[in-house]
This record gives sequence, C-alpha cells and structure tokens, in this order.
Amino acid sequence: MPGSGQAGGSRVPAGGIDCDIHPAVPSIKALLPYLSDHWRDMVEQRGVHELDSVAYPNNAPLTARPDWRPASGKAGTSLEMLRTQALDGFGTSLAICNCLYGVQLFFSEDMAAGFARAVNDWMAREWLDREPRLRASIVISPQSPEAAVEEIERCAADRRFVQVLMLAMDEMPLGRRRYWPIYEAAERHGLPVGIHAGGAYKHPVTPVGWPNYYTEDYAAQALAFQQTLTSLICEGVFAKFPALRVVMIESGFTWLPAHLWRLGKYWKGLRMEIPWVDRPPVEIVREHVRFTLQPVDGPPHPEQLERLIDHMRSDELLLFSTDYPHWQFDGDAALPEGLSPDLVRKIMVDNPRATYARLTETVQ
Amino acid sequence: MTAPMDTQVLDRPTARRPAQTRIAIADCDIHPSPKSIEKEVFPFLDKRWQHHMQTYGSLPRHGYQNGPAYPKGQPDAARRDAYPPNGGRPGSDLEFMREHHLDPLNVQLGILNPLRSGQGMQNLDFAIAYCRAINEWQVAEWTSKEPRLKASIVVPYEDGAASAREIERCAGNRDYAQVLLLSRTADPAGQRRYWPIYEAAAAAGLPVAIHAFGYGGSPVSGSGWPSYYIEEMVGHSQCSQALLTSMILEGVFERLPTLKLVLVESGFAWLPPLAWRLDKLATRMHDETPHLSMLPSEYIRRQVWLTTQPMEEPEPRKHLLDTIDWIGWDRLLFATDYPHWDFDDPQFVLPPKVGEEQRQKFFMDNARAVYADRL
Repeated sequence: MPGSGQAGGSRVPAGGIDCDIHPAVPSIKALLPYLSDHWRDMVEQRGVHELDSVAYPNNAPLTARPDWRPASGKAGTSLEMLRTQALDGFGTSLAICNCLYGVQLFFSEDMAAGFARAVNDWMAREWLDREPRLRASIVISPQSPEAAVEEIERCAADRRFVQVLMLAMDEMPLGRRRYWPIYEAAERHGLPVGIHAGGAYKHPVTPVGWPNYYTEDYAAQALAFQQTLTSLICEGVFAKFPALRVVMIESGFTWLPAHLWRLGKYWKGLRMEIPWVDRPPVEIVREHVRFTLQPVDGPPHPEQLERLIDHMRSDELLLFSTDYPHWQFDGDAALPEGLSPDLVRKIMVDNPRATYARLTETVQ
Repeated sequence: MTAPMDTQVLDRPTARRPAQTRIAIADCDIHPSPKSIEKEVFPFLDKRWQHHMQTYGSLPRHGYQNGPAYPKGQPDAARRDAYPPNGGRPGSDLEFMREHHLDPLNVQLGILNPLRSGQGMQNLDFAIAYCRAINEWQVAEWTSKEPRLKASIVVPYEDGAASAREIERCAGNRDYAQVLLLSRTADPAGQRRYWPIYEAAAAAGLPVAIHAFGYGGSPVSGSGWPSYYIEEMVGHSQCSQALLTSMILEGVFERLPTLKLVLVESGFAWLPPLAWRLDKLATRMHDETPHLSMLPSEYIRRQVWLTTQPMEEPEPRKHLLDTIDWIGWDRLLFATDYPHWDFDDPQFVLPPKVGEEQRQKFFMDNARAVYADRL
C-alpha cells in the first residue's frame, strides 16, 4: 500500500496559541478527591469503570503519536511530558485543554453532572494551577441542560476556563431548542461553545447505521460536524444568540466549502421553512463559527490546499491546534504546506485571540 | 388522482427553442411514477400482495401511512409545471414527459429511478414481490415504448440473496441499465449482508446506483433526528459519504474490481475532502483493514461515478471547477431529477467558460461509458 499522499508540513513559529490539547484523566481514582461523597461511594460500591470513550481506543494509532506515548499508562496524563512536547515543543504561549473523559455517555443526568463537576475541579487543581500556559474548557453534562448551566455558572468565575465543551454527537442535534439554555449561559459569560469530535453513542454513529470499523467511526466524526453545523444554523441558534461563537474542534475543515455550497443552495430553495435564517449560511459561519486546524485532512498537493483555502473565502476561520497527543502529523509539521505567512500568523495568534476573549486577559 | 388546489397549473412552459439547437444529453436521474398502482402495478403483483398492500400498507421504518415526517418543499416534491394535463402524479405520463422534458432538453438517454418501489419495506416477502412488479412495470409502461429510456432493477436490498436472484432474473433484458438501491439502508451498504447484490451486479456487468432517501431505521444524523426537511435534504450528502466509506473499508471494491458504483442525488463536491480524510485514516490504521491493497481515493478513482443534481452552487461559481478537476471530468453524470422541484437545468449548470470537450463528457459521454454494456 502506498503512502497517504498527505502534504508535508512546516515548522510552526513560536508564540502560537494551541486551541486543542488533551490532558487525560489517568484513572477514575484520580477523580475521587473531587467527587462528592455520594459519587465517591458509588464509584467504590458499584465498581464504576473507567470512562474512556470508544471514540479514542486507548491503544489505537490515532489516539496517541508513538513518540507522545508514555512508557506505561495513558497518553496525556503527564504534565511533564505535556510541557516538553506540547508546549515547549511548539513554542506555544497558551494552550486550551479539552478533557475527553466520557461523562457525556452516562444515561443518568445526575451522574453526568456529578462527574463533570469533578473533572472541572480536577482540571483546575492538577493542570491549570501547575502550569500558567494552560487554559481549559468547561466540561458539562448535556444530558441535563439545567445542570450544565449551573456548572457553567460555577466555573465561569475562574477566568482560566475559556469555553464550554460539548461533543459532536449527542442525543439530539445540537441546534435543538433543548440545548439553548447552555448557549444562553455561554453567550452571557463571553464563552465560546467548543464542539469536539466524539459522541454520546446514543445513536448509530453514521446516518446509515453502525459501522464495523473504528476507522469508519473516526471518519464519521466529520459527517457529524457537518450535520451539527446544519442544525445550529437551521434551528436559528445564531439568530437567537447573536454574540455566540462556536468552535468546531478536531472536526476537519476541508469539507466546509462543499458543505456550505450545498446548504446555501437548499437555503435558497427552502428558506420558507426556516424564516429566521435571513442570510446565506456562509455569512453566518463567517461571523459565528471557527475550526481548529488539526486534523487538516488536506489534499496531496500544497497548491490544492491553497485553492481550498481560497474556497473558504475568509482567513479568520482557522485556529491553530496540535490535537496533542492524537496522531495527526509527524515531527513538528503541525502546519501544512500551502498556507501564506499572513495566514499562518492569523491562525497561530490573531484568530484564537479574536475568538476567545478571555485569552487576552492577564490571569493571576 | 387530481392535483390538489394549490398545485393547479397556471402556466406550463414548453420548449422555447427547438431541441436540435441543444447539445444531446443523458439524464441519469428521472423519476417515473405509476398513473395508478392498481392499474399499472397490480397486474404484476400476486393477489396475496395486492390484498396485503390494500389492507396493511407498506410499513417502512417510518411512522406515517402517507407521506414523510418531513413534509417536502413542494407537493409531492414536484415541479409545479410537471403535473400531466390529463391528471396523475408528476412523472406518470410518458407522452407528457416526452413533450415536457425529453424532447425540449434533447435527452437522448434517460435513466429511470423509481422511488416508491418496495425497497426498504419491513415485510421482506412483500418487498421482494413489489420490487419485482416495479421492474416489470418499468418495461411494460416505459422502456418498451420509449427507446431513449432505460430502467433500473430495483432490488429488495435488505435481503441480499433475493436481490441477487432478481438481478439474475432481469439482467438478460438490456432495457435495464443498472441495479438500484436507496442510500438509507438498515446497515451501512458495505456490510456483508449486501455483498450478494454487488456480486450479482458485477457478474452481470451492471452498475450499482445508490440513490438518496429511503428509511433504514437509523436517525438522519449521528445525533438523532433533525427538525427540518432542509436538514434531511442537506443530510443526503452525509449518508452517501458514510455508505461510500463503508463500501471502501469493507473491501467491496477490493473484492469486485469491475463493479461500478453510481451515487445519485447526493451532490458531489464532498468527495475530494472525504477521500483526503479516508486516505490518511486508512493509512494510519491500515492494521484494522489489512484486506485493502489500495488507498480509498484509488478505489474511488477506479470505480465510483456521481450524478450531478443537485449541483453545489459556490459563489464564485468557478470554485466548483476546481472540485470537478479534483474528482475528474470523466466521473460526473449529468442528471435533472425530473420531475422534482430541485431540478437542475442543463442550460445553466456549468459556467460558460467550460469547454466543448468537457461539456460533452459531462452531459453525455461519461454516461455512455458507464452504461456502455447496456446501450
């Protein structure tokens, strides 16, 4: 089998803002000090298992780059390694931590809320307190929008939390009104809503049923993002919350132009169904939606990527990310070839700062 | 059936220019309907199934007896001017289809894709019988009367073995140009329960077309059911991406290197980014699919074609030409989707700068190449 044909990359300039890294909960035991008495009892009495999601099987190649795996245990659990590899390794000035421990998969609203709270407290104590370059996303329980709003209110006071984190596949498409209290709270606190790859696994992960291979599952994440974007726009989330920003994280972005061409065409034909969408979807995306860089999912030739970037018709959509420790690229080639120096500067610094208001604050 | 009040036709524009001045085209997605199921389909259906249909209906994996839970954008999803003057559903009158569509657009090859054909019905025996009847009906009412039109072998795809038998039964008649499935199957289309279909099609030299729609039981998205018809329509692109991914990774194209797949009515601009993503993932995790000897993009380049409607519409339109360059000008088959409301007009689908050679491929030669064995 020949190589993947993926374009090679180039070294990143120092001082960038990495908008997607993944510190991992090493084991459910690490959360015990942060759980309430009740949930700590439940973990011990019922033998609650590790909450790692099948979205990232621990030993799958994509889940951690070989040189980013520790000698034992899960990748992303060592602050020392993360400092050396993810921060110093790319000259990163600030990095946003997105913890993927699977609290969103529980069927119990109460359990999900209890564990989300513990994950956020664990993040603040074990990572943010110990490394000033780190910021984090607020993990919430989408199973209960009410509890999610409470958790946003509780964490928003800590200015190191810079966004609200959801997963691409939940019980309902994320534009649905059920989730609007979450968006209202996020908007009120100036927090973007970050939507990360992964899901609650409450429906088949593809629109044509359960796939047989993990490769299909991961490939289908991009489809979930396409449909999530459709949902957010068509339901009128951005008409209702004009200051809301959404960041699609680890979504891929090369699908965006084609998707907007299709959505834009159907909007012309069917806008009577969704009259609150009063301008072309491409304009809504330009104002409200951003995408992290990795995985690039780019074409084999840099000049094709230049064409693709041209199709996006904006240099404000992309935010730098390494997706550490996921294996999206080799060496220090986090930036694909085919990006102009101006665009690189915007991706590395300007766009993240414009998206995350809290990143420009000095945090004590 | 008479048209409801709001579908009364006030103006039914006919050809403004004689067909001779227009390039001859192949239309690879035309939807015929029976004028009357009782009169046209029942003659090919066992009494038992006639009774079953009248008593229990068709029971798809879907809740309404009549009509979809996402009401369409137009009555019957049809163009307002496509109602035949003598009554009946749009697409049910051959004479009117000639006058209104085939002649004025100079359609020299038209591929019929019947949609309410028994596919996806939960009662498999009924699905088998009804698909067979629809196949007979297409020849009796359409292709035997109009040589420009070709039929599709509709198969009861949730039963792979029965589908293969139906393909074998029909394949000898060259009025059938392809095997037809709908995109929303019960499981992803690459899974082995469907392999007998692809094996039979490949053995008969028939392309397999997979048309958007159907009710397989899975929600339209991995996050469940969206609210709006526009989301369902846009979502057909994701369904096709998922089914193509499944067919590649399960090894359908690896096993059947002569199989031709035609994806119908789900757009095409999504294909290059999907191929880029799949190439990377299939390489990174080749140990999961060691049965693949080529990159996903290489199977696509060898064995996949797409119909054009609904053509994506970028601004500026020239961006679409990059996409077609990436897919290949030999891979797209022009289609109108007649008589449906989101019809694409061949006069306007391509920007003016596209040259004659590319137009010729796009509008005719690619289709002639895909269906060469049946013409």
